[in-house]
Amino acid sequence: MFSNFDFQAIIQALPYLFGQGMVFTLTLTVLSALGGLMLGTLLALARISGGRVLSTVATGYVNLMRTLPLVLVIFWFYFMVPYIGQWLLQESRPIKVGGFSSALLTFIMFEAAYFSEIMRGGIQSVARGQNAAGLALGLTGGQTMRYIVLPQVLRTMLPVLLTQTIVLFQDTSLVYVLSLTDFLGAASKIAQRDGRLVEMYCFAALVYFAICFLASQAVRHLQSRVAIIR
Amino acid sequence: MTDTIIALQNVSKWYNPAFQVLKDCTLAVPKGEVVVVCGPSGSGKSTLIKCINALESFREGEITVDGVRLHEKGVNLPKLRARVGMVFQHFELFPHLSVLDNLDLAQIKVLGRGKQEARTKSEALLHRVELSEHANKFPGQLSGGQQQRVAIARALAMDPVVMLFDEPTSALDPEMVSEVLDVMVKLAHEGMTMMVVTHEMGFARKVAHRVVFMDRGEIVVDAPKDAFFGDVGNERAKLFLSKILQH
Amino acid sequence: MNYHWNWGIFWDASPEGAGTYADMLIGGLRITLAVSVLAWMIALTTGSAVGVLRSLPNPWLKRLANAYIELLRNIPLLVQLFLWYFVLPEIVPEAWGDWLKSLRDAPFYTAVIGLGLFMSARVAVQVSTGIAALPRGQMAAGLALGLTLPQTYRYVILPNAFRVILPPLTSETINTIKNSSVALTIGLAELTARARAIQEFSFQVFEAFTAATLIYLVINMIATLLMRMLERQMRIPGYGAK
Repeated sequence: MFSNFDFQAIIQALPYLFGQGMVFTLTLTVLSALGGLMLGTLLALARISGGRVLSTVATGYVNLMRTLPLVLVIFWFYFMVPYIGQWLLQESRPIKVGGFSSALLTFIMFEAAYFSEIMRGGIQSVARGQNAAGLALGLTGGQTMRYIVLPQVLRTMLPVLLTQTIVLFQDTSLVYVLSLTDFLGAASKIAQRDGRLVEMYCFAALVYFAICFLASQAVRHLQSRVAIIR
Repeated sequence: MTDTIIALQNVSKWYNPAFQVLKDCTLAVPKGEVVVVCGPSGSGKSTLIKCINALESFREGEITVDGVRLHEKGVNLPKLRARVGMVFQHFELFPHLSVLDNLDLAQIKVLGRGKQEARTKSEALLHRVELSEHANKFPGQLSGGQQQRVAIARALAMDPVVMLFDEPTSALDPEMVSEVLDVMVKLAHEGMTMMVVTHEMGFARKVAHRVVFMDRGEIVVDAPKDAFFGDVGNERAKLFLSKILQH
Repeated sequence: MNYHWNWGIFWDASPEGAGTYADMLIGGLRITLAVSVLAWMIALTTGSAVGVLRSLPNPWLKRLANAYIELLRNIPLLVQLFLWYFVLPEIVPEAWGDWLKSLRDAPFYTAVIGLGLFMSARVAVQVSTGIAALPRGQMAAGLALGLTLPQTYRYVILPNAFRVILPPLTSETINTIKNSSVALTIGLAELTARARAIQEFSFQVFEAFTAATLIYLVINMIATLLMRMLERQMRIPGYGAK
């Protein structure tokens, strides 16, 4: 049972787990969320107001991403990015891409599909009345989107976007398949080096739980406040 | 008193310590009587009627239904409710079941009737509410008035000793009110014991034996029909009556 | 680009001995489907039970259901699989642990149970949301007819709630299939793992991943189609027209 549970092993590993692992995980989460939101918004706009070709391409991309397991997408990008880099930079051989850059690009491209669905729903619900109001004032379609619709969408969709970011935070643990040192990767490396699987995986689960639980409670709180404001 | 179907003794209920929905309500409904309950919205009428088949709980007092004391431990509520028919404001037909299946379900599951026996009973009742041709439709395909008639038939299928109606016509479009009231009038003439929460004073005039007026959780007036419509003698009831009758 | 395409690779014999590379993918597909179906069954049954608990008036049962949901929702699936696979055998009595470790298809069972429970929390949320979305009077109407509480759930509440949540359940079905790929981390030879293995053996990365991608697309299309058919089958004339 837990009789030989070694807390010392966890304490000794803390600097490595958080200083390296958690920093990696959080950086990846935040940058992917921001990048994914920007790309996702563009995809949503392309679907709503882009021409037929553009909107078909965007729809196809979003649906493809939402159909594939994230693990497979991680592998795809990991192997594909060096070739794309070679083609872009006109190098003679596939370029070398670091694990972090590869993971970041993967998560931005993958999460963009999910963020775009959220933004699309938001834009459609806000734009119904607000579009006409903006255009009636003499704003262009782009200005209406930029100054009137999108700010409202971001505000009303914030809780959903944050919830998706919590999912993203959990999903980053899958960079384990590239042997990167995210939080779980760090825990796993120590677990295997010291033979402390029980301690490390239990502790990792606890940390993930604490962060996600608190974050989702905070989002819930925010949601009730947003609901009152509107 | 043996033929009293419903008896309430000093029933009180609170939603929270600050808000008392029922205050000391005492009322008796003898067999064969039709009692109409009216009063302004929020006066506790619906709560009172839902207490009678224990869909709502109450804190103080006693309710006896067909000889069964509700607050006693070990009361078989499903068995009791099966003998008390209830018709809701919003019909509450089961949307996933056909009209016939709506009538069959509780007959089979609660009364243990056989499929065929239940079916025969259901068809007879649908005939009675003049909806035979809609037997195999789903509730969503019927008008509000038709749905409410199905709901009445569903309650009657259990051979209830008393029927409770909770504002049965207030969710209906005006042109459908009379088809539902007609069914209820017929039922009253057949001698069914009924307790009806409604604002339809025409219905009360036609078939009620007694009218109960509630306000702020209290039973303010409990009078025979003629006395109630003659001179009710209570200011609040007078005011209420004048408001709903002035058109 | 100096990548050498070779689409014929799938008909080459795999270095594993028996069969071609294509057979490897089909074997992986079989495991993906088996894990997904079994896990989805666990998710539906457990999730429905927890969802019903969450909808009951008893505050303790509600709290219990919420605790279950929060616990399973806030830990990454990968970590949960590690807990089942690496940690569980160490913390149960030694004899049981040894038995668990000696199981031949341990990754398979772990994937089924771990993924099933992970998805069950999401099903539970859907079920209880579906129940909450029904008109409150339906419960009263069932009880008023003399149905017991379990009977009211069985014959009135659940048949309606499931119809309400069928569309979100479709996407959870697909999520189950997608998530089964996470089990490659505990050594399950499912579809993505097999594509990866082909890449390692043959270096034909993109052929392998393209094939896997197409297979996932087809599975998802079929799953969506089946659920659509079910939805149509379950549709009630006039329901939801209000």
